[in-house]
Amino acid sequence: MPVEKYLGVPLHRPKVAFFEFTACEGCQLQILNNEATLLDFLSLLEVVTFREAMKERSDDYEIAFVEGSITRADEARRLKVIRSKAKILVAMGSCACFGGVNQLKNRFNNLAWVKEQVYGTFPIETEEARPLEDVVPVDLKIYGCPVKKEEVEKIVTNLVLGKSVNHPKYPVCMECMANDNICLYKLGEPCLGPVTRAGCDAWCPGSRRGCWGCRGPADAANVDQIISIMDEHKFSAETIIDRLECFGGFREFAEALKKKTATSKTKKKRAGK
Amino acid sequence: MNISCNIKINHVSRVEGHGNIHIKIKGGKVMEAQWEVVETPRFFEAMLVGKQWDNAPWICGRICGICSIGHTLASIRAVENAFGIVPSEQTRKLRLLLKHMETLQSHILHLYFLAAPDFLNTGSVFPLIKSHPDVVARAARIKLVANDACDIIGGRRIHPTRTVVGGFTMLPDKCMLETLKRRLEDAMTDLHRTAELFRSFPVPDFMRETEFVSLRGNGEYPFIGGDLVSTDGVRRKEQDYEKMTNEYTVDRSTAKWARLSRDSFAVGSLARLNNNFAFLHPAARELSESFGLRPVNHNPFMNNIAQLVECVHVTLDSITMISEFLDAEWDEPRQAVKHKKGKGVAAVEVPRGILYHSYEFDRAGKIVRCDCVIPTGQNHANIQHDLRELAAQSASMGRKDAEIELLAEMLVRSYDPCISCSVH
Repeated sequence: MPVEKYLGVPLHRPKVAFFEFTACEGCQLQILNNEATLLDFLSLLEVVTFREAMKERSDDYEIAFVEGSITRADEARRLKVIRSKAKILVAMGSCACFGGVNQLKNRFNNLAWVKEQVYGTFPIETEEARPLEDVVPVDLKIYGCPVKKEEVEKIVTNLVLGKSVNHPKYPVCMECMANDNICLYKLGEPCLGPVTRAGCDAWCPGSRRGCWGCRGPADAANVDQIISIMDEHKFSAETIIDRLECFGGFREFAEALKKKTATSKTKKKRAGK
Repeated sequence: MNISCNIKINHVSRVEGHGNIHIKIKGGKVMEAQWEVVETPRFFEAMLVGKQWDNAPWICGRICGICSIGHTLASIRAVENAFGIVPSEQTRKLRLLLKHMETLQSHILHLYFLAAPDFLNTGSVFPLIKSHPDVVARAARIKLVANDACDIIGGRRIHPTRTVVGGFTMLPDKCMLETLKRRLEDAMTDLHRTAELFRSFPVPDFMRETEFVSLRGNGEYPFIGGDLVSTDGVRRKEQDYEKMTNEYTVDRSTAKWARLSRDSFAVGSLARLNNNFAFLHPAARELSESFGLRPVNHNPFMNNIAQLVECVHVTLDSITMISEFLDAEWDEPRQAVKHKKGKGVAAVEVPRGILYHSYEFDRAGKIVRCDCVIPTGQNHANIQHDLRELAAQSASMGRKDAEIELLAEMLVRSYDPCISCSVH
């Protein structure tokens, strides 16, 4: 087992493997996108499997970083094998944590139509997109679409040093205020910053793009209140639903709002009659 | 004579996504030479149906982790074409600069991290950290400047935040652009060293006559929008892309394949270069010629060199564009958007070739139909035909199994396939 020193203390370099299921592979790419600190980062780990970057493969690993959601039976089988080999299984990115944009196809509740829309009569296999934890127990989640490299580095360093990993409990809004960003609502843009889990340093709002909730809800997020805030700012229910359902973290809230809107529409129609 | 071999490579490494190679030779005859695409489909074209127009670039950018900027820009252009929006000159140039920087980071990623290990006899870039530290440091340096540029202009390197229909949510800081320009000037030295490195690699001697499809340059090397062209003499308008791609399904692939005048065609750096050589920056053209790369080149392995040539082109072009930005005052970052019923098509050259996005909107601005045709999807059939030819040549030359296996993988890698993208 390779051992190097960190601050004079011998350090155990864990064997790690990277895997991907239904995804764009952007989160894995973020690992390679750490150019400035890539070499330091890699010195903490012994990468034994990383198909996107290396030919060698090994089944002997302690930590598995898994990107993507599960959308086919063979993926669920592969994931179970990975789970049986890894001491720590990390779900990396929105697809792995919540289903990500892939779960948008679930909203039709009609896989036959979804398949037909893209492939016509060509036979194609797919299931409802599921996050990893619907298939196997997940030890740790790294949120984001994409994951933020600084956060990945921090989490991985803590893992290697045996420190606990804690996600911020507060919402993106706090980071936005700390960064003195202009509030998106003042610019007339919808934003889920008040309810989405922080840790991205208000990545999108910092670029004057409203938050779409890719990191899922913060602890004790008051989603009902964000819905009424959006409503006060005259954003349509549709606009709110688009954001709430985009990455899967707020799925229940999106569903509830959809039901509510549907009932109020019927009521209005009836009243109109 | 290679009497027999049975090569099966499941999930080829150092490519984006999941593809398998199967080559079976018996008694010197190729029994099978198959390129299989086993990636799980994501159904972007279905998931967008019923969504408001502003979802399209935000969601479709996520088709790809490597060329998310290209997808976002293609999606934006398709929406703008549908709504009759013409971007301002500032927006047009800033998008092109952003596009250039994505091209640079993507090509460098491919050249150093995915392709080079084959020539340096390692399985990945990781052993090179110890054996060739200068090479790895150089790759990281060029990639870093390109990625930083994407952050400065697009808000972030993957799934950009500032790019919207109508323009940008905010403009880059001029001080940062100035630093970027200096760093790009420095990167030219690194690119020349990259050229020296690739000059020391033997390019496999292989040729198969191929039709190459790309945008057609109109005064400049093309990246965003314009007419479509092929080396077999086909020319079409952007909105007639379906006549250029003719997609069809194949049993062993979850991605759709494409064809034009022949059984297959190729897109990508080599296709762009083959069709638009005259529009390359003179220094890039000179570099190309020094590698013996002139149109029409039919060796797919030369795609690596074409990528290198494009790195030089986009870097020099970016330096010029940044100088122009620094000399001018910023205009408004974005224009107002008014949706309307209609159809919009966009063709954009992303690192791996020509990409099409097409949407149809109803009166309320909701997406009724969505179609995306991915460069790697267009290349699958050509990879298949090249693979068969490579297997046949290998059999007649009596190549050893390990050699055939490596060449087959190198062939696939030379296309720099983005397989999950092709099975969007």
